[in-house]
Amino acid sequence: MMPAPLVELIGIAKGFGQGEARVQALEGITLSVAPGEVVGLRGPSGSGKSTLLNLVACILEPDAGVLRLAGETVWEGGWRRRDLRALRREKIGFIFQFHNLLPFLDATDNVALALTLAGIELPEARRQARALLDHLQVGKRATAMPAKLSGGEAQRVAIARALANQPRIILADEPTAALDSERAGVVMDLLRQVAREQSAAVLVVTHDDKIFARFDRMVSLRDGRIEAAGLPAAALTAV
Amino acid sequence: MNLALRDIRHNLGRFLLTCLGLGLLLGVALAMVGIYRGLVDEALSLARGLQADLWVVEAGSRGPFAEASRIPGDVREAVARLSGVVAAGSLTFQTVEARHAGGPGSDAAPTEDVVRERGGEAGRPRIGAVLRLQVVGHEPGRPGGPPGLVAGRGIGRGRLEMVADRSSGLPLGAMVEMAGTRFRVVGLTARTVSTGGDPLAWITLRDAQELQFRLSPPAARRAQAGGGGGQPQDTVNAVVARLSPNARAEEVASVIRRWKHFSALTAAEQENVLTRSVVERARRQIGLFTAVLLLVSAVIVALIIYTLTMDKMREIATLKLIGAPDRSIVALIMQQALMLGGIAFAGGTALLLSVKDAFPRRVLLGPEEVVGFGLLVLMICLAASLLGVRYALRIEPAQALGG
Ligand SMILES: Nc1ncnc2c1ncn2[C@@H]1O[C@H](COP(=O)(O)OP(=O)(O)OP(=O)(O)O)[C@@H](O)[C@H]1O
Ligand SMILES: [Mg+2]
Repeated sequence: MMPAPLVELIGIAKGFGQGEARVQALEGITLSVAPGEVVGLRGPSGSGKSTLLNLVACILEPDAGVLRLAGETVWEGGWRRRDLRALRREKIGFIFQFHNLLPFLDATDNVALALTLAGIELPEARRQARALLDHLQVGKRATAMPAKLSGGEAQRVAIARALANQPRIILADEPTAALDSERAGVVMDLLRQVAREQSAAVLVVTHDDKIFARFDRMVSLRDGRIEAAGLPAAALTAV
Repeated sequence: MNLALRDIRHNLGRFLLTCLGLGLLLGVALAMVGIYRGLVDEALSLARGLQADLWVVEAGSRGPFAEASRIPGDVREAVARLSGVVAAGSLTFQTVEARHAGGPGSDAAPTEDVVRERGGEAGRPRIGAVLRLQVVGHEPGRPGGPPGLVAGRGIGRGRLEMVADRSSGLPLGAMVEMAGTRFRVVGLTARTVSTGGDPLAWITLRDAQELQFRLSPPAARRAQAGGGGGQPQDTVNAVVARLSPNARAEEVASVIRRWKHFSALTAAEQENVLTRSVVERARRQIGLFTAVLLLVSAVIVALIIYTLTMDKMREIATLKLIGAPDRSIVALIMQQALMLGGIAFAGGTALLLSVKDAFPRRVLLGPEEVVGFGLLVLMICLAASLLGVRYALRIEPAQALGG
């Protein structure tokens, strides 16, 4: 028997704006991600990839459909859960398209902050943050402020922050865009490792065909609809 | 991890500059409080300095400061005989324009160098300068004399001697001319000023009465002289009494109130009259001014905190995205407001305390005023930060996304 999916979207739709200016960003999206699975999300610019990710992160509210996270119905005709922030803190790690580090904290404390929010004491949080930064090969920049980090370094610090609380659902919007292929590979391997070790569901938006091979499954979006789903990654790279 | 502090440290220069501006404003507001307290203190210092337990004045008057009071000088003996009264002294009060007439025994005004040599302290009036003095006529050895000399000696039996407050700038030995008569400064007091802030000057009662006679308009002088054969009448403004420790001022006062033509005020009543009548208007004006300054400070704090919060919109959205609860976001903003207020208050207070003695009138700031003002500033900061808090709570986590 297949384990229950951690992320489950059924007939999700999302539009922006009113009247003439209305954009239907997503339409009839049905998709699930199982524990331990690493799913890639691709598609042309404006196809709705970020919108889909933000819906799963409960940053945007769907217009229709059902959204279930870790077995809990989160949205169905309205929010079913009141404390979305606690949900994000406990279950979801989010890696943004732009790194969104807090400019007034150094790399270590940006990561440690996520840990302290989950109730871990600061010294221990810092220790874990260092270990995670080392693992992502930015340990040398642990005391640097975000403004002093290169794009790739900042993105890896942001990834460390997303992984810090060992979330069961990891969402990443083009996490490897600012990285060279070697480092992109390191990041993807890390995400795969987390997926296996923590039985986490990982959903990654990417344009980078060099890393397609590292996904269990690719989902293609076009004009807000799923064009091809469930194809093995190898088949897509062959196209 | 204190986010408020970390954010401030990240933008320390800008934050401190803001604190400096607010600090100056709060310093001015606190100065207002100090000036008011100084006014009250100066108003009371005259009554307190004379160390009287009881004031005997004209019937129906709340004199001698708040209202005019004239009584015959021989009342003093009657008051002194009352049981419970240890000593009594007659006093006159008049504000006089005096002229600094040079050093002792010199008819010609000494050169500036000599004056500088004798004095040394700043703010000394030049020879020939006109001073406003509150002249107190008293009987040496009886209540009403100068309290605590800081230099020189008290007035002896000799005539035409004067003990003046240091704030007049007159040095020991200086000659002071009033209504054509020269007095010699033999002693100095400190912090003894009239309710209007003029320095006090004690002379003997007889000198004072003659001075009063010479200064009164010619018509009144003729009328007075008609009865007294060219001699000034023995009229005083008040008689002050010192009571024995076990006498009750209220009881002695009620005895005097039963006498015709006289009224009596206890020391507490006198202070009450002074604060109410003399200080009331100043209080309203300064109170209003202080309130306006505090209001302006509150608006400025609110605007600063609001702008600081707006500048952090993206960071706050990110905090919400990574699951920070509202309470840590509210804490971030309120703590910054408190730090702003606290540093500005400390800076403003330190600045004021270091310059307050340069003010022309007394600025009185005790721990009470400073602590009370500090608490008020903290409350203002908390209230003013609510605007920023409201803004922060309305930020959507989605605002963290996008370029
Ligand atoms: N907040 C918004 N308000 C209005 N329209 C929006 C908003 N967010 C997205 N859209 C629109 O929804 C559509 C999908 O946008 P989305 O950002 O999901 O695309 P994407 O696939 O992530 O593109 P890219 O590869 O460029 O990041 C686009 O047409 C976009 O203009
Ligand atoms: Mg996108």
